Amino acid sequence: MNKRSHSIAFWAAVAVFLVAVLTMTQIVRNEYPFFAGYVILQFIALAVAWSILGGYAGYVNFGTNAFFGVGVYTAVALFKATGAPLVVQIAAAAVVGMTLGFGVGLLTLRMRGIFFSIATIALAIIIETFVMNWRFVGGAAGIQIQRPPVMAPFDSYVKMLFFVQAMLAVIAVATARYIQNSRIGRGLQALRDDELAAECTGVPTLKLKLIACMISGALISAAGAPAAMYLQYADPSSAFNLSYSVSALAMALIGGTAHWIGPVLGAILLGSTQQLLAVTISSEVNVLVLGIMLVLFVVGAPKGIIGLLRPRYRLRAGGKQ
Amino acid sequence: MDLLLGAVVLGVLLGCFYAAVSVGLSVSFGLLDVPHVAHPAFLVLASYGVFQLNESYDIDPLLAGLIITPLFFVFGLLAYRVYHETFERRGSDAAVRGIAFFFGIAFIIEVLIILQFGVDQRSVSATYIGKAWRFGEFRIPIRQLVAFAVALALTVLLAVYLSKTFMGRAIRAVAQDEEALRLMGANPVRIKQFAFGIATAVLGIAGALLIIVAPVEPTLDRAYIGRTFCVVVMAGLGSISGTLIAAIILGVAESIVLTLFGASWAPAISFAMLLGVLAVRPQGLLGR
Repeated sequence: MNKRSHSIAFWAAVAVFLVAVLTMTQIVRNEYPFFAGYVILQFIALAVAWSILGGYAGYVNFGTNAFFGVGVYTAVALFKATGAPLVVQIAAAAVVGMTLGFGVGLLTLRMRGIFFSIATIALAIIIETFVMNWRFVGGAAGIQIQRPPVMAPFDSYVKMLFFVQAMLAVIAVATARYIQNSRIGRGLQALRDDELAAECTGVPTLKLKLIACMISGALISAAGAPAAMYLQYADPSSAFNLSYSVSALAMALIGGTAHWIGPVLGAILLGSTQQLLAVTISSEVNVLVLGIMLVLFVVGAPKGIIGLLRPRYRLRAGGKQ
Repeated sequence: MDLLLGAVVLGVLLGCFYAAVSVGLSVSFGLLDVPHVAHPAFLVLASYGVFQLNESYDIDPLLAGLIITPLFFVFGLLAYRVYHETFERRGSDAAVRGIAFFFGIAFIIEVLIILQFGVDQRSVSATYIGKAWRFGEFRIPIRQLVAFAVALALTVLLAVYLSKTFMGRAIRAVAQDEEALRLMGANPVRIKQFAFGIATAVLGIAGALLIIVAPVEPTLDRAYIGRTFCVVVMAGLGSISGTLIAAIILGVAESIVLTLFGASWAPAISFAMLLGVLAVRPQGLLGR
């Protein structure tokens, strides 16, 4: 019963959130809050999606930028070739991200720990190099995107993107929440703690790792897909920027990966700090703050913000829910 | 054909340079199992140290590298102490956070360099930079030859140190069996700390070579994550002679691709080789 009332509370909160977002796009005239809010929502989606593989399964993915960039360029290529609408672009990006996730999942067959992490960086650079040499989408110089006319209830494209990204963040959070409470999540936790023991007790580790990689990849690519429309521009070195990887990883670890709310908190906290710093000081300083916070948290507060807020997580290690 | 021969010669020179920037990682990651993703960031930091000394006091870059070497040794001791106290002692759960820790450190160093020196490329001046030897058709920049000679000497010295001296053998012993060392009455943590210090100190010279070979920029460490880890994994973790061989293979491969397909494909070579080695032969060419 308790679990069911949790579920009702969760979906009610989601409904309230989406309605609030929609109302905001109708009432607020100034575009800036949406411009900044989009980035924070994007980071929520990225951090939550990252934690499905990095938190639950314990495979540290440095290749968030690979999935993100693949999402951006799937959307760009599709838009340029067929002029497909945004929803189709996002769906296509999710499918391509899932396929890439399957490939990354196969890597986990032979690699763990640092080897897996380095392999994901390698993958990102290789894909980026291919995109740089792909003339159709502009190569290294990048490509300008002309936004199509905006759709019915919205009066500006940025507001619509804000709403779309809110949907994507909700989908990411709901997926993470579902995984955490299901057999998949428990299996992933088991293989994170001891992969050999999990395999021996009948946990289908390879299947679970593939699922985690594919879902995580699909969500990250989907979150990246609207980025080209948002910036009206795409180029390989910013679409595949390693700062997406460090941001997703830092936000998830700072928030805490034991519960889906951790990455959400981390993304909101760091995302809004970053927006403030980027406006008031400089974008270099916000990466510095992110890096310092990451190091401080992994050294001083290994369970992240949720570990600090609820000491229960520390006492009953892993057994909560 | 001449073109290809030239590419191979330059590749061998480049390869020995890659060996010099990778031997430190071969010790810290290969022998000590520290997931040292920040190694290339330390390397670039050393280059900027050399740049500063060269710029302000007009010190020769190689000498400047020697000057910062002891500083980097102490820096390495401290870094390992922090890593050991916070992660290594706490078992397997800490491994994930250990990787994130070094990733964060790498980013902090990158940004600090940007804040201090800006994003522009920086280079050093010395009498041997900018000249070249000509052999008929092709020319070899003297800066490459200097880097090659110093890199080769550095790698060989480190190999000799690890195999002939008492401390060097202790380092290899701790890599093989930490428990046995403890039973012999030695303190494995102190030996590992010293080894990490050596691995970092080597970067003083390697950083000088990096800025002698080509101008550096703050985000250069990203490309060198691929190169250094490719070399160390391909070599077989911890093998110094393997490091030299693997680095030359990488150098020649990069040089040939550069000549045949152009510069835009070059950054992917090391990462592609790394991925290939990890997938096909994770224990490396001369694996244990």
